[in-house]
Amino acid sequence: MELDLFARRSDYQWEIPPHGAMRVPGVIYADETLIRAMDHKVYEQTVNVACLPGIVRAAYVMPDAHWGYGFPIGGVAAFDPDEGGVVSAGGVGFDISCGVRCLHTGLTRDDILRVQKPLADRLFQCIPAGVGSSGAIRLDSQEMDAMLAGGAKWAVERGWGEPADLERIEEGGRMKGARPAAVSQQAKKRQRDEMGTLGSGNHYLEIQEVVAIYDRPAAAAFGLIEGATVIMIHCGSRGLGHQIGTEFLKQMAITAAEHGIALPDRELACAPIRSPLGETYLGAMRAGINCALANRQILTQLVRQVFAELLPAARLSLLYDVSHNTCKVETHQVDGRMRELYVHRKGATRAFGPGHPDLPETLRASGQPVLIGGSMGTGSYILRGCETAEALAFASACHGAGRAMSRHRAQHTWHGRQVIDDLAARGILIRSPTQRGVAEEAPDAYKDVGAVVDAAEAAGLARKVARVAPLICVKG
Amino acid sequence: MGATKAQAFEQAAMALTAVVSDPGAVQPRTAVAIRCRAPDDELLLAEWLNGVIYQMAVRNMLFSRFEVRLDDGQLQGVAWGEGVDVGRHHPAVEIKGATYTALRVAREADGWLAQTVLDV
Repeated sequence: MELDLFARRSDYQWEIPPHGAMRVPGVIYADETLIRAMDHKVYEQTVNVACLPGIVRAAYVMPDAHWGYGFPIGGVAAFDPDEGGVVSAGGVGFDISCGVRCLHTGLTRDDILRVQKPLADRLFQCIPAGVGSSGAIRLDSQEMDAMLAGGAKWAVERGWGEPADLERIEEGGRMKGARPAAVSQQAKKRQRDEMGTLGSGNHYLEIQEVVAIYDRPAAAAFGLIEGATVIMIHCGSRGLGHQIGTEFLKQMAITAAEHGIALPDRELACAPIRSPLGETYLGAMRAGINCALANRQILTQLVRQVFAELLPAARLSLLYDVSHNTCKVETHQVDGRMRELYVHRKGATRAFGPGHPDLPETLRASGQPVLIGGSMGTGSYILRGCETAEALAFASACHGAGRAMSRHRAQHTWHGRQVIDDLAARGILIRSPTQRGVAEEAPDAYKDVGAVVDAAEAAGLARKVARVAPLICVKG
Repeated sequence: MGATKAQAFEQAAMALTAVVSDPGAVQPRTAVAIRCRAPDDELLLAEWLNGVIYQMAVRNMLFSRFEVRLDDGQLQGVAWGEGVDVGRHHPAVEIKGATYTALRVAREADGWLAQTVLDV
């Protein structure tokens, strides 16, 4: 994008002053290189979000932003129900509560390397991944509703995990206010074979080595040391979430005019928070969050079973679990008073700073772990929430590297087999049912995740704690 | 693109399959009926594509032949395809949904255009 579109507030903060129907400014956090590389659609979509009723303070955009659907990916927007604020199905997205979970292994890089190939093969056998894969769990109607109400807590109660896992998941592993009855039979049917599956596209399971520490006190609080290994799982609410998004997007698009809402883009379809449709969507969307939390919990247990076979000394405990496609009710200070806001994060991670009451006691001094997935060749980052993010973007940070190239172009640029061989030569084992999918996810199809997290840190959104690099990647 | 609006809808569904796999590798063995309605052409296109995506998901199928009839905001369609065979179809990615981004149904100089962006 051209820099003259923005008022430069600092080297990392670019403002779109309100104009036209904008109710608040747009604010993009990025360095000059990243913002120049962003598609102009990011500007248009930020302006559109800033036009929605009841938006508070600004439409924010994270450093990994790219052209999305309605909202930019990497968008954060908060709405006040007392000021006609809205909830937007497009603002949450199709993959409700897509997120990242990080597990400690208690093992070193050398421990993993001793069994790297059989471990990669066994994980690929046991973790259902890719198009058409199905999980081993079938839920009847009653259990489906119990899962949608209970999330990861439901999964743990059914033997998929340990009670200690729950305090290391946002919302304690269970999103309150879920309404399973608001989820259609079609959405539940779409989920029938998909509990405990990874999905496809950019979803993955990786075994990673901690290769750099940037913040030793926080790393110690998180239990991270150089040479240790962790597991990252990136996936979401599977078919159920996709169907909820599809159905409510349509309903909200059709009824927007009845609610007196002029949509600058139909994908921004929304309804007043205080309307029957808004409340029904919130109940269904929260059930979708629980589905994602239950899914990542089941996958965790599948991974534990594989490690118990091949590496019985491993002790897989949760570092943390974040969701980056959500709308959550949070209390934030705005203009000197505390207000209850509906914060949409679409491709953005909640990043509560030190002392936040929603963090477990063991993480309260350090701030929330913020898990940033990179590409399968470059590695990922673990950040922490810091004090400044509250005022900058309602305590939010980036979520990943962000695509730099379309899937179509990537598919015609690389061959999956070559990508797999190149990564194997660097010591990274890829297991995937689809070579075309691997080509579309080639490392160079993504932005430089290092530049994204450096910009997030420099902007004051989060602090770098550690960098992790993949040893094994199971790709859906 | 299509000579008629209905053909453009059929071609959009074919393009949807091409995002996942090579449509030429998908045998049109089994027919699935898809009906939907919407207040305007653009929402109807999204509804049709989302109907195809839903059938792909719950039946674990890919489709390679489509037939669409349009009548006053209602669509009656049939999709022909077969069960996913990972070894033969090499499916690249699941489709989450048809978005309303760049959603457009319009008559152009050389025929009807039906387009949208898919979330994968």
